[in-house]
Amino acid sequence: MSKQTMFEKIWNNHVIVAEEGKPSILYIDLHLVHEVTSPQAFEGLRLSGRKVRRPDLTFATMDHNVPTKDRFNISDPISKQQVDTLTTNCQEFGVKLYDLNTIDQGVVHVMGPELGLTHPGKTIVCGDSHTSTHGAFGALAFGIGTSEVEHVLATQCLQQSKAKTMVIRFNGKRQPGITAKDMILGLIAKYGTDFGTGYVMEYTGEAIRALTMEERMTVCNMSIEAGARAGLIAPDLTTFDYLRGREYAPQGAAFDAAVEQWKALCTDEGAEYDSVIDFDVDSLIPQVTWGTSPGMGTGITSSVPVPENLPTENERKAAASALEYMDLKPGTPMTDITIDYVFIGSCTNGRIEDLRAAASVARGHKVSPNVTAIVVPGSGRVKIQAEKEGLDKVFTEAGFEWRDAGCSMCLAMNPDVLKPGQRCASTSNRNFEGRQGRGGRTHLVSPEMAAAAAVQGRFVDVRTWEFKSEVKA
Amino acid sequence: MEPFVQLNGLVAPVDRVNVDTDAIIPKQFLKRIERSGFGQYLFFEWRWDEQGNVIPDFNLNKPRYQGASVLLSRANFGCGSSREHAPWAILDYGFRCIIAPSFADIFYNNCFKNGILPIKLSEEQVDDLFERTNAKEGYTLKVDLENKVLSDDAGLSIPFELDEHRRQFLLQGLDDIGLTLKHEAAITAYEAKRAAAGVSA
Repeated sequence: MSKQTMFEKIWNNHVIVAEEGKPSILYIDLHLVHEVTSPQAFEGLRLSGRKVRRPDLTFATMDHNVPTKDRFNISDPISKQQVDTLTTNCQEFGVKLYDLNTIDQGVVHVMGPELGLTHPGKTIVCGDSHTSTHGAFGALAFGIGTSEVEHVLATQCLQQSKAKTMVIRFNGKRQPGITAKDMILGLIAKYGTDFGTGYVMEYTGEAIRALTMEERMTVCNMSIEAGARAGLIAPDLTTFDYLRGREYAPQGAAFDAAVEQWKALCTDEGAEYDSVIDFDVDSLIPQVTWGTSPGMGTGITSSVPVPENLPTENERKAAASALEYMDLKPGTPMTDITIDYVFIGSCTNGRIEDLRAAASVARGHKVSPNVTAIVVPGSGRVKIQAEKEGLDKVFTEAGFEWRDAGCSMCLAMNPDVLKPGQRCASTSNRNFEGRQGRGGRTHLVSPEMAAAAAVQGRFVDVRTWEFKSEVKA
Repeated sequence: MEPFVQLNGLVAPVDRVNVDTDAIIPKQFLKRIERSGFGQYLFFEWRWDEQGNVIPDFNLNKPRYQGASVLLSRANFGCGSSREHAPWAILDYGFRCIIAPSFADIFYNNCFKNGILPIKLSEEQVDDLFERTNAKEGYTLKVDLENKVLSDDAGLSIPFELDEHRRQFLLQGLDDIGLTLKHEAAITAYEAKRAAAGVSA
């Protein structure tokens, strides 16, 4: 048999019908649902008299609209209607819902892996572009639109054309202070926001192997910001150790048998990809974005670029327009940029390790008087774990607000919104105009960099940070 | 879905790269539970300022582009979120065709589900169309999906590429859930085979 990439193996395992000149019919193993992109899909089922084919493979939660303070009191009636509609739809169609009364409720891409729903080799979809997160386990996971949500609800399948394959080899070793977020931001800053269009990316190399499961999720999460619908990391011991014992993971002997199958998913030695990129991690430094596209980023020791120096007319225009929106002067050192707000959370960086990392920076320091800083756990379980470890105390003593789980300020569909002109150091994934609130200015960074910026009131190179190991009781 | 065969439409330019779906339809309008009525919010923050005043410089606010049905833009159009509210807003506003050098995958796919034709042309061809659109008030393009040709009154004629299945899908206004359900037996057989092999759900 010819040598195959991991993507091809998962693809071939799930193709039910492949006809010449038509998209293949691909079986979907797991469908995650949230309140924003599903109401019209359920309504479509109702109008056509269709059912959810596999409610047992469909799991829902509400995350985008959920307030992170006083969460049961959704004051915006349209938000409330959307959340209530999900509840009604799940009841009517028999879909398991993790609602605000459960500790599993959270950002859908934090919740799925935590429950052990995400396994290597699965096909996973959700009406959300950051479904790529689940690729960290070696699952083929991608975002879909609402019409496709309806399609999967009705048929448990999708019509898909096979993507091309790209391998990103992260070579070398991260230096202290360099995070998974810096790896993916650095990659996108170098290659742009559309080099992955049409591809499924596989991330390999020693710097990937060295990542924890949660760090791998951070990398795969932002595959979509590179234009790729899906990112993949081959499963290994790190993956199996993470999954063992989780609620929806296979148990006992079945787990061991599954591990053997999962191991076989890895790309065959000598298999060819359509495209290859080598990325050096040794020289990577902490990343900060300066513009309104995730590719507009640079190292913390650099400066805001001068648009006139960029190579193409379109880039010059885009950079000039971004700097106007961001109210930044070309040539300003990144460490001179002051901030008003800090958001730590999201499906990119809202997991327990992210909170530990941010807390280690914040410990014993105080948030700048000019800054409002919020920490939003990715799920109820993350919140409980953090509180068990006393991280909430570290944050609140330093002057951060400690919130309940939700998407929060990543996309501001809830009360957590920037005011016009406010500048935010954010651990989320998109710095688009208006993303965190109309007129808001977003700089994407790692949790460590965000926490340090909260204390200093401006961006700071976390590699020079003074860590304080103990807080006085 | 309404079939797409031919369109003779006024062209409106949005001259930016990386037009993202947050710009196309800002998040505060994603809370509706209907598919309709999103056109009024299209490019909301580019059309109106924070006080709700019309921003006259934005092309869609200019009288000459009223009634446009062909949207002309730059590379990586539709990047970002998977929200189908973006094509819903574009369609509801009155556009049936978008021309750009490239599109983000999920957005591209979502267009076809809604009877919108996204056309990819080279950077040079798009540059040329921007020049033509800017130069002549009332500039229209004829989109012939049957023959995959774009043309104007001045003799321009550009063939464009499109996957044949997608072309048929638009021409016939097909229901793709119905198409998949024709393979019901194959889906059931696949599920049975996997269950027997003990593949976990």
